[in-house]
Amino acid sequence: MDALLDIGGLEVDFSLKEGLLHAVKGVSFTVGRSETLCLVGESGSGKSLTALSVLDLLPAGATRRMERAIFAGQDISRYGERQMQDLRGRAIGMIFQDPTMAFNPTMTIGRQLEEVYLRHVSRDRRKARARAIGLLDRVGVTRPETRMDEYPHQLSGGLRQRAMIAMALMCEPQLLIADEPTTALDVTMQAQVLSLLKSVQESFGIAILFITHDLGVVAAIADRIAVMKSGLIVETGDVRQVLANPREAYTKALIAAVPKAPGLAPLHLPETAHAG
Amino acid sequence: MLVNTARTIALEAAMATREFAVKGRKEPFIAVNEVSLRLYEGESLALVGESGSGKTTLARMMLGLLEPTRGDLQVFGREISTYSRLHLASLVQPVFQDPYASLNPRKRLVDIISMPLRAARKVSRDEVEARVEDILRKVELPASFARRFPHELSGGQRQRVAIARALINEPRILVCDEPTSALDVSVQAQILELLKQLRVELGLSYLVVTHNIGVVSELCDRVAVMYHGKLVEDGPVGNVLRAPVHDYTRRLLSAVLPVDPDQARALLLAAFIPPENRPS
Repeated sequence: MDALLDIGGLEVDFSLKEGLLHAVKGVSFTVGRSETLCLVGESGSGKSLTALSVLDLLPAGATRRMERAIFAGQDISRYGERQMQDLRGRAIGMIFQDPTMAFNPTMTIGRQLEEVYLRHVSRDRRKARARAIGLLDRVGVTRPETRMDEYPHQLSGGLRQRAMIAMALMCEPQLLIADEPTTALDVTMQAQVLSLLKSVQESFGIAILFITHDLGVVAAIADRIAVMKSGLIVETGDVRQVLANPREAYTKALIAAVPKAPGLAPLHLPETAHAG
Repeated sequence: MLVNTARTIALEAAMATREFAVKGRKEPFIAVNEVSLRLYEGESLALVGESGSGKTTLARMMLGLLEPTRGDLQVFGREISTYSRLHLASLVQPVFQDPYASLNPRKRLVDIISMPLRAARKVSRDEVEARVEDILRKVELPASFARRFPHELSGGQRQRVAIARALINEPRILVCDEPTSALDVSVQAQILELLKQLRVELGLSYLVVTHNIGVVSELCDRVAVMYHGKLVEDGPVGNVLRAPVHDYTRRLLSAVLPVDPDQARALLLAAFIPPENRPS
């Protein structure tokens, strides 16, 4: 398959008082078009740094080196800040664990969604507004026209998460980078947000690089999985194959460590099931 | 299951209600609404529900950290408010979610762990050292850890320290609020195992606040489900998880993603909200 994103030999160092911390130690992976790759690992495994490196969004004190970084046929490894800014929010959308990070608290939801479009796509305000309303509706925000004039704090956690997904979709990205986007949500909300991501992925043909530590989430949305430990990818493969027949002891241990719920009968959600 | 009427009731809430005043509104917010619930001695009871369901508010009332607006709360048959703080603390102890936030970073572990002991009565330094060494062994940490500071520890080790501190005065009840949710999965399993062992070894009763169904089935005998401040379901873990009665419990259980691609994907499909039922 022709890869949309192809990262090779990625290394990330942190300069600390005590010296250099080698946090990511030569990681290579690809994400195909419309594919979902889950980077799985525990805290400190380097999974978030790996994802942030793609967009050159590393925290202060961290530096990245990579042998190869190809996105949609372009070599992005030597992109400067201007070119990176062009990429972020346009061809590559981002969603985070905490939607408050993605929004400016002093601006309305509508302004912020429109701004992404105005900056990257066209200066046409009417088009920007129409697209924002359409996308809010698409991600399941009711009364989107009213929500446009509201501030982030006026939305519930679940709705803010949906609005952030809408913002990430404003410029028809080819790739979404999602860093633990459902970790802070309740399980019922988590299933809804994941099912929403899956559905927008299918309708828009977007690839997703998904960072998580939750193997249930992996089982639900991944096509392929890359297990990270101490800055290295220790196992990678098709999600069904890796979860059913893990080769690495570490992957086996991760799967074994998930507390098991006793055999739940598959249940149907009631028609009115929803959360706000 | 046969109900033994002679069992001692460790914790009891009777029609407990807690309201909070809301700025700019006349009507208070009812966080816990007429909840009646018992924790029997030796039992491990899970309190589950989404954030905002009132489970933590109820747990805080049971710890004596929050007074009910109406209703009764009892510990071993006695109204909580009639206990002195020290007496109550000698019976009921909390274990919190985040061991990074609950341990004083400027103190050595020996001082952190022995704090409740020293607060309760005058103890010699030798006794402090001996008791801390003993409790560190119980939570499976080396005795040498007594000299360390919290930042030198991993998340799982910190949670062991938090448990050691809760146990140093030999309480009879632990109220654990999401005891593993800040930890990595492999560490979660170890902490759950430790809590299971300690319960048997020390004859403890647990009230476990969690939204993690895996924790419920690993650690608890009985589960009480809260939704919008009300207790909506209460029964043995096996029964509730296999055949939930309340609609909300069903939704909660059907949203837990199993580590099985086919099952997990089926659940996502079920969770999809068609446009006409979207949240408002």
